[in-house]
Amino acid sequence: MKRIGVFICHCGVNIKDTVDVEKLTEELQDYPGVAYIENYMFMCSDPGQNHIKNAIKEHKLNGIVVSACSPTLHESTFQNVLKESGLNEYQLEIANIREQCSWVHNDIEQATHKAKLITKTAIEKLKLNESLYPVSAPVTKRALVIGGGIAGIQAALDIADAGYKVIMVEKKPSIGGHMIQLSETFPTLDCSQCILTPKMVALSKHKNIKLYVNSEVEAVEGYVGNFNVKIKQDALYVDPDKCNLCDDCTEVCPVLVPNEQEEGLSWRKAIYIPFPQAIPATYTLDVENCLGLEPIACGKCREKCEAEAINYDAKPKIIEEEIGAIIVATGFDLYPVENIPEYGYGKYPDVITSLQFERILSATGPTGGEVLRPSDGKVPKEIVFVQCSGSRDPEHHLSYCSKICCMYTLKHAKLYKHKVHNGQPYIFYIDIRAGGKRYEEFVQQAVSEENVVYIRGKVAKIYKQGDKMIVSGMDTLSGKKIEVQADLVVLAMGIVPNEASYNLVKKLKINTDDKGFLTEAHPKLRPVESLQAGFFLAGVAQGPRDIPDSVAQASGAASKALALLSSDKIYHSPIIASVDKDLCSGCMICVGTCPYGARKLDEVSKVVEVNDILCEGCGACISACPSGAAQQKNITDNQIDNMIKIIASGK
Amino acid sequence: MKDFEPKIVCFLCKWCTYSGADLAGTSRMKYPPNGVVIKTLCSSRVDPQHILLAFSKGVDGVFIGGCHPGDCHYQSGNYKTKRRVILLKKVLEQLGLNTNRLRLEWISASEGRKFADTMVEFTEQIKKLGPIPKINCKEDQNV
Repeated sequence: MKRIGVFICHCGVNIKDTVDVEKLTEELQDYPGVAYIENYMFMCSDPGQNHIKNAIKEHKLNGIVVSACSPTLHESTFQNVLKESGLNEYQLEIANIREQCSWVHNDIEQATHKAKLITKTAIEKLKLNESLYPVSAPVTKRALVIGGGIAGIQAALDIADAGYKVIMVEKKPSIGGHMIQLSETFPTLDCSQCILTPKMVALSKHKNIKLYVNSEVEAVEGYVGNFNVKIKQDALYVDPDKCNLCDDCTEVCPVLVPNEQEEGLSWRKAIYIPFPQAIPATYTLDVENCLGLEPIACGKCREKCEAEAINYDAKPKIIEEEIGAIIVATGFDLYPVENIPEYGYGKYPDVITSLQFERILSATGPTGGEVLRPSDGKVPKEIVFVQCSGSRDPEHHLSYCSKICCMYTLKHAKLYKHKVHNGQPYIFYIDIRAGGKRYEEFVQQAVSEENVVYIRGKVAKIYKQGDKMIVSGMDTLSGKKIEVQADLVVLAMGIVPNEASYNLVKKLKINTDDKGFLTEAHPKLRPVESLQAGFFLAGVAQGPRDIPDSVAQASGAASKALALLSSDKIYHSPIIASVDKDLCSGCMICVGTCPYGARKLDEVSKVVEVNDILCEGCGACISACPSGAAQQKNITDNQIDNMIKIIASGK
Repeated sequence: MKDFEPKIVCFLCKWCTYSGADLAGTSRMKYPPNGVVIKTLCSSRVDPQHILLAFSKGVDGVFIGGCHPGDCHYQSGNYKTKRRVILLKKVLEQLGLNTNRLRLEWISASEGRKFADTMVEFTEQIKKLGPIPKINCKEDQNV
């Protein structure tokens, strides 16, 4: 039987005025299990704490009940007292007789009686408390960053600069994401490639970063601090260490493929470099579009390559890495324009997406930076930009705002005017969202100085009439239908999570919302972590945002990952679920109740196991278990039952 | 019934309702002393078997306090609690118990007033219902 010491606090007059502490002491003196009892003015004070320490020594106590204020205030204070006295800190129970008794009742007799019941329930619970120790697991000091766009690059650099090893996995042949496709960035009109490529190079040269391109995460096993990740890398037909970027292979390749980097506005070959500043700096063979390697249908590129970098016998590889923390930065795609057939995309070559216009503006793009329209290569004298293409349309398309389109559309209009001085941009809009730093000034300057014409209304239809495109919509400020003719129409398409992320999140078992964006642990206070321990979120994968916010968030995710990686061990509260293997029948009802995936059927023993690090201690599985095999440490069914019986007795 | 002081068990979840009750305390709100609190980390820890045990031992009313839907600290615990209570009430009905003896309420950490008011109301309701009828069940030695 435990030797329990009961310490009743007066809390000055806060408790003493309403609860008769002397009477309480007297009534509990002979209660079974109580080896010592006293009441004192301020239990939390130094002298008060010393009372407890002395009593532990003198009366050989091994369990302590403190009847005082709410545990939220001093539970840890008294846990320290136990630790300093050589006792396990979980042999402590706090009976809340202040916030939930003396402060809320008037009648002294009733309040004292209730304080007795509260203290007795604490004593009964304590009798069955086990000594518990924080659960710990080692941490592999290596991070994985999935996605090589600006967010992934920033997170990788931050972690690597802090001295930890980073593995980066990128699906495409080069890192750079969408940012490398941009011409200039708002509101500074910085050349996008000029600000991004130094980071890309820094990443490629960083001694702490290993980069796998043409790769995807195949499987993730394990848990926070202890992940085992399998990465599938496509066959590298061109050896990046040997390729010297001479471009001879491209010249002889007979295959033409729509160029993804140019958003289909021009062609590339089956063997190519995605863009001149690609990292890794190497050409790559697109085996899907190559005429064939088994048997070799063409073979010209290998023949021509003087560096002997091309190997048709290359095979895909599975690479296994041990990882402690995973950052998901998989970025976005544009909402499919085909979903809005009334805009005429695909039917009319002069209706293009914002990313396509970005490539037209870019000096490294298909038109060398001249604004020329796709159908006949003429310079458009009038361009209509359609904001909210697909966004803010809960009935038919995306319900949410894609956040960046107001700003980049205006950027497009400005850059167009800089290049075509007498060109006229028209922008159909619903609102102008310019909340960032210097964004509003950017808007005002364009409207007042650059003659950008804004038309408030949605576009209903886009069609061709002779040589011109007609954009037909509503002008809500005048209340009239409006038709604007244009040489070129640019659709500011909404953004959606990267298509590859849909499969990826199933492999990682992390949550997304109903739109596919990664779900953060708390919408306000924990924006860069997933609820799944060990996973961190960065960039548009978590929700639409611009470059500064992506960078900031990536650094935030990196700092959270670093907090994890910098510990030798991770610790966790031990008030968690357990399984009595003798009682468990393997029915697995409990497995589905766990929001953290902490319960799993062990394939060998056929009973359920709890992952101590993932279990958060909610207890949902305990209530679901039909056999009582599932119990919670120090909140067992027996403990709850004993507390109920005290209350039922009314004594 | 005059002078009938009901015995009430209050299961409160640590993150929301328990903190709401503490707030009622720091704000010195007053309510009847009939409810004694059993604190769990989540309302989903409350097993229907505990509620049945309480009633079978002569507890007159059982109160469960959890987080508002969507706010559960453990994501979905409160949804499970809600489903369990709905199903349990069907059983209580069949046992001949007034289902109002079991009350589930969503009370957040900032709703001290709501906690106090609910305690007043629930205690009053149980007082009107009177003591719980003795449920004739064989005493299980382990229970």
